[in-house]
Amino acid sequence: MIKVQNLNKIYKSLHALKDVNLHVKQGELFAYLGPNGAGKSTTIRILTGLTQPTSGSVSLNGFDLKESSIKSRQQCGLVPQSINLDQELSVYENMTIHGLLFRMDRAERDKKIDELLSYVDLSQRCKSLVKELSGGMKRRLMIARALMHSPSVLFLDEPTVGLDAGMRRKIWALIKKIQQQGTTIFLTTHYIEEAEFLADRVAFLDTGTILVIDTPSNLMAKLGSWALDRLIDDKMEPIYFYDRDEANSYIASHKESFTLRRVNLEDAFLAMTGKKVK
Amino acid sequence: MIHSILAVYYREMLIMRRRLTRLIPSWSVSPLLYLIAFGYAMGKHVAIDGHSYMEFLIPGLIAMNSMTQAFAIASEINIARFYWHIFEEIQAAPVSDFAYVAGEVLAGTTRALLSTCVILILGLLFGVVLSCNFMFWLGVLLNSFVFSSLAVGLAMVVKSHGDQVLLTSFVITPMAFLGGTFFPLENFPVWGQNFIHILPITHAAKVIRASSLGNVVPLSSYFVLAITGFIFFSIAVVCVKRAKD
Repeated sequence: MIKVQNLNKIYKSLHALKDVNLHVKQGELFAYLGPNGAGKSTTIRILTGLTQPTSGSVSLNGFDLKESSIKSRQQCGLVPQSINLDQELSVYENMTIHGLLFRMDRAERDKKIDELLSYVDLSQRCKSLVKELSGGMKRRLMIARALMHSPSVLFLDEPTVGLDAGMRRKIWALIKKIQQQGTTIFLTTHYIEEAEFLADRVAFLDTGTILVIDTPSNLMAKLGSWALDRLIDDKMEPIYFYDRDEANSYIASHKESFTLRRVNLEDAFLAMTGKKVK
Repeated sequence: MIHSILAVYYREMLIMRRRLTRLIPSWSVSPLLYLIAFGYAMGKHVAIDGHSYMEFLIPGLIAMNSMTQAFAIASEINIARFYWHIFEEIQAAPVSDFAYVAGEVLAGTTRALLSTCVILILGLLFGVVLSCNFMFWLGVLLNSFVFSSLAVGLAMVVKSHGDQVLLTSFVITPMAFLGGTFFPLENFPVWGQNFIHILPITHAAKVIRASSLGNVVPLSSYFVLAITGFIFFSIAVVCVKRAKD
C-alpha cells in the first residue's frame, strides 16, 4: 500500500511535483501516465528514497519514508528506467549482490535466484555476463532482481522503454503474473497501450500535477467508445461516438476521409490536457 | 550493518577479481618505471641516511601507490554512478550511508594493500628486501584508509567523471611527488617543509619508510593519519547523504 500526501519537489526554478496525493491499494496495479518531463520519474525516485521531497509525506505499507527509511526501502523493489546492472558481472552475481544488499542468507538467496531466473526465462544465462545479454533479457533480469527480496511494492519506471513490440508484450505478461501473486505495482509509462492493458487505475500527470485518477475504462468511457480521426490543417482531430453505427452514419454523411478506431487512453489524456502523452 | 558493509565490499571485490589480470600489470608499470629511471639509472650512486636510494625510494613508492590506488576507488564509484547507475541500486536498498562508505573504503584499502604487495615483489626483483613488520602494514593501512575515505567523499561531490580526473590531477598528483616519496623533505626550504607536513601522504611516507628500514617510527604520524582518516570518513558519510538530490 502506498500513501502519498501533498508531495512537492522543487528543483531550483522548476516545480517538478505540485501537491501530489495518491493512495495505491494493496495488490493494485497503478499506472502513472504522462508525457516526458511530467514528473513521473521524480515521483518514483521519491517513493523509493532516491530523491528527497521538498515537502509532503510518503508511507509504504505503513512505514513513513522519512522516519523509517531503511524499513520502507525493504518493502519495495525498483526497476529503474535506465539499465543499472553490473555489466562486467554475471547474471548470478548481479542477483547475489542484490540479495546481500537486502540481507538475505545464502540458502534463501540461491533458492530465490533459481526460482526467479526460471520465472523470467533466464535460467540458461545464469553464468553469462550481463554485457552479453540482449536489451530484453537485461530488462527481465532487472525485474527478477527487483523481486529477489520479495517486495510487497514493486516500482517499474518505464519498464519496456526501447524494447520491440514482441518483447514488450512478454514483459507485460510477466508484470501481470507478478501482480497476480499479490504484489502492489506502481508503473510509470508513456506507452498508452501499456497502461491500458495492465493498469487497474491510472493517474494522468502533467507538469507535475495529477489531473485525474480513475480506471482506464471509466476514463475512456467519458468520451465514448469509437473515435473518428480526420485531418484538419495537418492535425488529426478526433470525433467521439458512443456506438459504431453512429460513427458509420457520420462517415456516410460526410465527404472527407476518416479513420475509425476504438477510443483509447491517449484520447482521454488529449481531451483533458490538449496534448498527447508521447 | 555488517551485512550491508560486506554487500558493498563484495560487489567491488567481484569486479576487481574480474579485472585482476589487467589491474596487476597496471599497478606494476608506473612503479617499475620509477624504479628503473630514478632508482636504478639515476640513484645508483646516491645514498640517503645510510641507505641506498633504491631502499629510500621503494617505501616512498609504496606510500604513493597505496594513496593513488586507494583514491582510485573514486573512479570506480563514479563509473558505477554516472555510467551504470548502480549507485541507485544501492541507494534503493536498506543500506545506511555509513555502511556504504565503510564498504567502499574497505574495497579501496584492499586495492591499496594488493598494489603494495606488487611493489614489494618488484623491490625483490631489484634486490631490496624491506622489513614488512606490523608498523609497516599499519602505516599502509592508515594511508589507504585516509585516501579511500577522501575518494568516497569527493566521488559524491563531483558532477561528472571529468571533474574526478581534474581532482586527481590537482590533489593527488602533486601530493604523490611532494610528500617525501622521491627525495628527503629536508631538501625543501622551511616554509615548504611546514606546508608539506600538512599533507597526510608525508606522514604516510615517513612511517612506511621508517618501519620498513628498521628506523625509529614517528608515532605522532600514525596519530595524524588516524585522525585525518576519521575526519575524511565522517565527511564521506555526510556527502553520501547529500548525494540524494
